[in-house]
Amino acid sequence: MSGLRIEELRLTIGRSEVLRGISLDAPGGVITGLAGESGSGKTMTGLAVIGLQPAGSRVSGTIAFDDGAAGVPNLLDLSPRAINRLRGRRIAMVFQDPTASLQPMLSIGSQLTDHLRHHLHLDRHAARDRAIELLERVKVPDPEAAVRRYPHQFSGGQLQRIAIAIAIACEPAVLIADEPTTALDVTVQAGILRLLRELTDDLGLAVLLVTHDLGVMSAVADTVAVMRSGTVVEHGSRYQVIREPRTAYAKELIAALPHTPAPGAGVDERSPAPGAGADGEGSSAGADDEGEAR
Amino acid sequence: MTQLDERAETAARASRPGGRLSSPLVRYIAIRLVVSLLLLVGVTIVTFVLTNLVPASPVTAALGERASSDPKIVAAFKAAQGLDKPLPVQYAIYLGHLLQGNLGTSIQTHDAVTQDLAAAFPATVELALFVIVLSVIIGLGLGLIAALRHNRLPDQIIRVVSLLGISVPTFWLAVAVYFLFFFVLHWAPGSGRLDPADTPPPTVTGLFTVDALLAGQPAVFFDALSHLVLPGLVLTLYTVGLLVRFARSAILDVLSQDYVRAARAKGLPGGQVVFRYVLRGALLPILTIVGLAFGSLLSGTVLTEQVFAWGGIGQYAFRAATALDLPAVLGVGLIVGVVYIATNFVIDVIYGVVDPRVRVG
Amino acid sequence: MTVAVAPPRRRMRLPAAWRRPLAIVGAAVIVIWVLIALLAPVLPLQDPLHQSSAVLASPSAGHLLGTDELGRDVLSRTLWGSQVSLPLAVVLVLASLVIGSVLGAVAGYIGGIVDEVIMRIADLVFAFPTIILAMVVAAALGPSLTNAVIALTFVNWPNYARVMRALVLGARGQEYVIAGRLLGSGPFTSLRRDVLPNVASPMLVLATLDFGNQILLLSGLSFLGLGAVPPTAEWGSMVGDGVQQFSSWWLATFPGLAIFSVVVGFNFLGDALRDALDPRTAGAVQGTTV
Repeated sequence: MSGLRIEELRLTIGRSEVLRGISLDAPGGVITGLAGESGSGKTMTGLAVIGLQPAGSRVSGTIAFDDGAAGVPNLLDLSPRAINRLRGRRIAMVFQDPTASLQPMLSIGSQLTDHLRHHLHLDRHAARDRAIELLERVKVPDPEAAVRRYPHQFSGGQLQRIAIAIAIACEPAVLIADEPTTALDVTVQAGILRLLRELTDDLGLAVLLVTHDLGVMSAVADTVAVMRSGTVVEHGSRYQVIREPRTAYAKELIAALPHTPAPGAGVDERSPAPGAGADGEGSSAGADDEGEAR
Repeated sequence: MTQLDERAETAARASRPGGRLSSPLVRYIAIRLVVSLLLLVGVTIVTFVLTNLVPASPVTAALGERASSDPKIVAAFKAAQGLDKPLPVQYAIYLGHLLQGNLGTSIQTHDAVTQDLAAAFPATVELALFVIVLSVIIGLGLGLIAALRHNRLPDQIIRVVSLLGISVPTFWLAVAVYFLFFFVLHWAPGSGRLDPADTPPPTVTGLFTVDALLAGQPAVFFDALSHLVLPGLVLTLYTVGLLVRFARSAILDVLSQDYVRAARAKGLPGGQVVFRYVLRGALLPILTIVGLAFGSLLSGTVLTEQVFAWGGIGQYAFRAATALDLPAVLGVGLIVGVVYIATNFVIDVIYGVVDPRVRVG
Repeated sequence: MTVAVAPPRRRMRLPAAWRRPLAIVGAAVIVIWVLIALLAPVLPLQDPLHQSSAVLASPSAGHLLGTDELGRDVLSRTLWGSQVSLPLAVVLVLASLVIGSVLGAVAGYIGGIVDEVIMRIADLVFAFPTIILAMVVAAALGPSLTNAVIALTFVNWPNYARVMRALVLGARGQEYVIAGRLLGSGPFTSLRRDVLPNVASPMLVLATLDFGNQILLLSGLSFLGLGAVPPTAEWGSMVGDGVQQFSSWWLATFPGLAIFSVVVGFNFLGDALRDALDPRTAGAVQGTTV
């Protein structure tokens, strides 16, 4: 089984400890949710996995990457060149705001094929065919025309589908999705989440879903880790974390949710659970996460 | 349901009206062109009004103290120059002449201003082209290095050098290099555009280097090129100082964009990230400042041209201004305005061609 | 409990700027020149206008930087030159700052036709290269330092007006300003109390960087003979005179170095100030390695 195993991950920038020993499993075919308010270090965890932590930060611990036959015992030991070979090919990432994470002056086609051609050595035609196939896979309408278009010609939801297509282009084993629905209209969020779910199931992807939105989390995540000030305070199955939180902090977070879905509720029926969230004063923990992922 | 929404939205975007007047790019360029023409009319009014607002009398300047005390001579001069009519009429006359390519006769040189400008402008163009090409290569290169090594040693060194570059008094540097490389070391030729012994090549473009090549005169080409070096380097130092600071901050802006991080997350090699994603993103702001710098070089660099007796627009402007040679000043004002408008127009068009948000609407 | 609508005033954060070596070097150079300008009368210098028989003497113990074509001491003239350039640059920058800020603030705050008129005039001035426009105005007014300052102010105010207008427009839309207006501040109270404090520091940076530029332009006009008239010891005209005496290199070299050093001082200081005030380029930003 492919996937990630993070042990005792620490990250410091200057004198501030951003991550203080994170341990986490993200196996293949499973969506692992990483929840927490802004500044809790969840985005930094995602960046550390892909090796894009800010310049000048020090990282220690283990991020074991199990990739079938060819695994890496610790990603943190890799040279910059070696991690760059994995990036985009075996480990991919989707960012929060799709209108910002696509280059406005490059066509969708070239942004989809750049890394395909670099990593898989495809020629122009093969890469283009693959790009169209990918756009079909993520359900972008009229893929043949879409490859010739530019980011400003798409809606936010479509752009996030395209960003996901870029991420899965080289058939990675691990996908880090950093707040993939936060910048989107509520009406298109569910579609993106359903797509993530499908890809996880079909491709056996190990998805690390970073979000402050426990509603999103409870809709798709199989297991959930709750982070607070650089540590994981709670880690377990979705059911356990959402319905029977063990720590006071997780309880508070759950209580702050306006609608807590019933256990087992899928994306399609997000019915509010009776009773839940009625007692708290609705301290909006973790809302306004805007700044963090940018 | 939600997916339907997305699809409808995309369809709406695709079918936006705009089919009638061909491509959005053509429409965009047409609008820019109209705006430019309107600006051009504005410039003719301004050059005209400005020179009529100044208190000094062009009559005195042209005729000298003695002749201007004789009312008959003054009246005759005013009539000959059309200075006795009301301002709007004078402007209408000026505009009418302008449309026929007649800018009047320079009071100082007694030649047609059009002819003077036609002689001076290519000299300035040649120098400006030399400077802008060098400056863009050096300025962009250094700006890129500074941005990629932000706040580290190369960045600090480049910052100091560029600040020194914009702090040097150009006229003084011009004198200094002229003294050192011509007078003391004899490495560079003297002032002017050609050695006095050489005859200018047959005029095609008016740029001596280009014309010499076209006429197959390599000796003249190298002579013209060597004359370009000193004034060119003096102006390049300043222009580079300007471009580096700007390119650096434009590239720094782009480096903090999400799409650069996304490009790196794709595992592309560093060079590809920089040249495909970063530079493309910084292109538009850099283009603007390059255009402005080129425009100001084209309007004549008075001080440097003066020191090197370059005989371009800058030197002509200086002579016209100090002699209060009104037709010549109007002519310079006009050509400078035209250059400004034309550079802006060209920048706008390049914007349109380069930026897909304009090109495909 | 009181309801406080506190505008997040952008503080000067001078300490951060002063910690930068470039700012210290720049400020030191400026302080030295200001001291020279103030102390010139009491320094052991020869009379800058005194003509001696030692004409075009090269640097020696008697005349450390040599003498000019009228036998005047170049060292003395160069140091006294600071008394000409520095006060004039202050006047020039202040005049442009005041005129430009007022017009820009009015344009931005009132908007509409007033805005249009002011900004179109600014555009027109912009359409002409500074030195050419200044040259024409100076030539028309007649060569004198006062006229050169007037000419440069005329071409310089739009820079301030544009920045001021943009800042006022930006600040006007800020929530705390709107909140202030809702709480009953009049338009002028609002402009003075909520808007101006927030535009002060960017304008200060602009003015600091502008000092160097204006000194360059002023000496450039004098170099062309459109500013200082003889026998004033002005740096630009000294360089101009030096060009006439080509083999006496010291004539042009030292006044030129004087201009260069003052301008470097202002540009170093202004650049450091700008960095300190602009969070985007501040040192706190993490460097991105590509």
